[in-house]
Amino acid sequence: MLGMLLARRRWNALWRDALLVSSKDLRIEFRSRVTTTQVAPYAVLVLVLFGFAFDQDQNLLTKAAAGLFWVAVLLSSLLAVQRSYAIEATDGARDSLRLSGLDPAGIFLGKTLAVVAELLILEVLLGFGVVVLFGIQLHDPALLVVTCLAASVGLAAAGILYGMIAAGLRVRETLLPLLILPVVAPVLLGATQAWMAALGTAGGGTDGWRWLSLLVSFTVIYIAAGSLAFSILVEES
Amino acid sequence: MEPVIRFRSAVAFAGRFPVLAGVDLDVAPGDVMLLRGANGAGKTSILRAAAGLLRVVSGEARVLGSDLAVDQRAVRRKVGLLGHASGLYDDLSVSDNLKFALRSSGVSPTRASYALDTLGLVGRLEATPVRSLSAGQRRRVALAVLLARDPDLWLLDEPHAGLDADHRDLLDGLVKSAASRGKTVVIASHEADRAEPLAGHIATVAGGVVVEVAPGPARRDAGDAASTAEVERVVA
Repeated sequence: MLGMLLARRRWNALWRDALLVSSKDLRIEFRSRVTTTQVAPYAVLVLVLFGFAFDQDQNLLTKAAAGLFWVAVLLSSLLAVQRSYAIEATDGARDSLRLSGLDPAGIFLGKTLAVVAELLILEVLLGFGVVVLFGIQLHDPALLVVTCLAASVGLAAAGILYGMIAAGLRVRETLLPLLILPVVAPVLLGATQAWMAALGTAGGGTDGWRWLSLLVSFTVIYIAAGSLAFSILVEES
Repeated sequence: MEPVIRFRSAVAFAGRFPVLAGVDLDVAPGDVMLLRGANGAGKTSILRAAAGLLRVVSGEARVLGSDLAVDQRAVRRKVGLLGHASGLYDDLSVSDNLKFALRSSGVSPTRASYALDTLGLVGRLEATPVRSLSAGQRRRVALAVLLARDPDLWLLDEPHAGLDADHRDLLDGLVKSAASRGKTVVIASHEADRAEPLAGHIATVAGGVVVEVAPGPARRDAGDAASTAEVERVVA
């Protein structure tokens, strides 16, 4: 009974810390407008350039739309993760965060939540771009939405985890993509396949919901790994 | 009574460089300890180790009853560090920075207004993003965070740097007031004329070790009333 009470109290404290950190990160993004003036235009630009590259072949563009969308999201998520750590790197903010005594798992979840929120907004924007630029039609909107949620959490969790590994290094800006891109390949694969099924551009045998289960597994693993490893990484970075 | 800080042969590294090379130091509750020494002597490292931010890899390091070798994080909510960096978020306002610092430390945000008033950070300044502030104003905001948190152990690294004359006086008053309330204060400073009169003890640091601890010309017997009056005078 006492054990359950303590576990419940720790659970509540963990999520209180997570919400505190995520609301702080989102407030900073709202004030600085880096996401709206840099990350979002970058993602749209990537999508537009893909459009130019495949402009001659509308059929190919339609077939490749899901992959192009998730490549654009993936590249933008690198910027979002780098930005998430950049705000802690200024003027000793990371030391203040460590001194506050916040639960490291709460910091991990909070920073992940903030990046998820940014990615979801970005995906809505890019989704409109895909419809307008590539002439896509939806076949399974529910699969589309759930894939976005699972892939965003997976990308953000892996990004924040590896971002913390790179945070203390002088070469972090260039190292981070090298660390993250191979690791999130399953997200790119799963999300692309699930989206192709949702858009009706996949082959007949593709089951989007099975690909979604890969995404969910990846996400659960990285949420668990990040929550457990962050206390060590915060101290060692 | 157990010292608030007890270091015995404490060794710590920054990368591969030994920044603490066997520090022995006791700081009693309610004392104001001044650390003095040349640049690179290890003053800042002692403060960071006491805050649980720098791992002590060998020797004994106990702060506020917690063994930092066992749990580096145990002490952090009871310690306030005013370092060279402000620890503030540039894109948040003064008020938002203070509220976040208090909430994340488990302190009621209601203490924010008292700290802002005391440090003269009211009116338009309260809503100003930290990036728009001068170095001295940023220092005052960092000091406001410390004051609002009111930790048991105050660790001040060159606390007078960047402050104007009035706010230097205010800072001295706050240190005296904190000590009179039983808080322990450790100050690392090169400004002997400002910091020595505050000190109950003075430790000389060189080469990553404490080479001497001597009684300081403490004015703590001036008492609580005088300190509070000084704060009120400057705020007014």
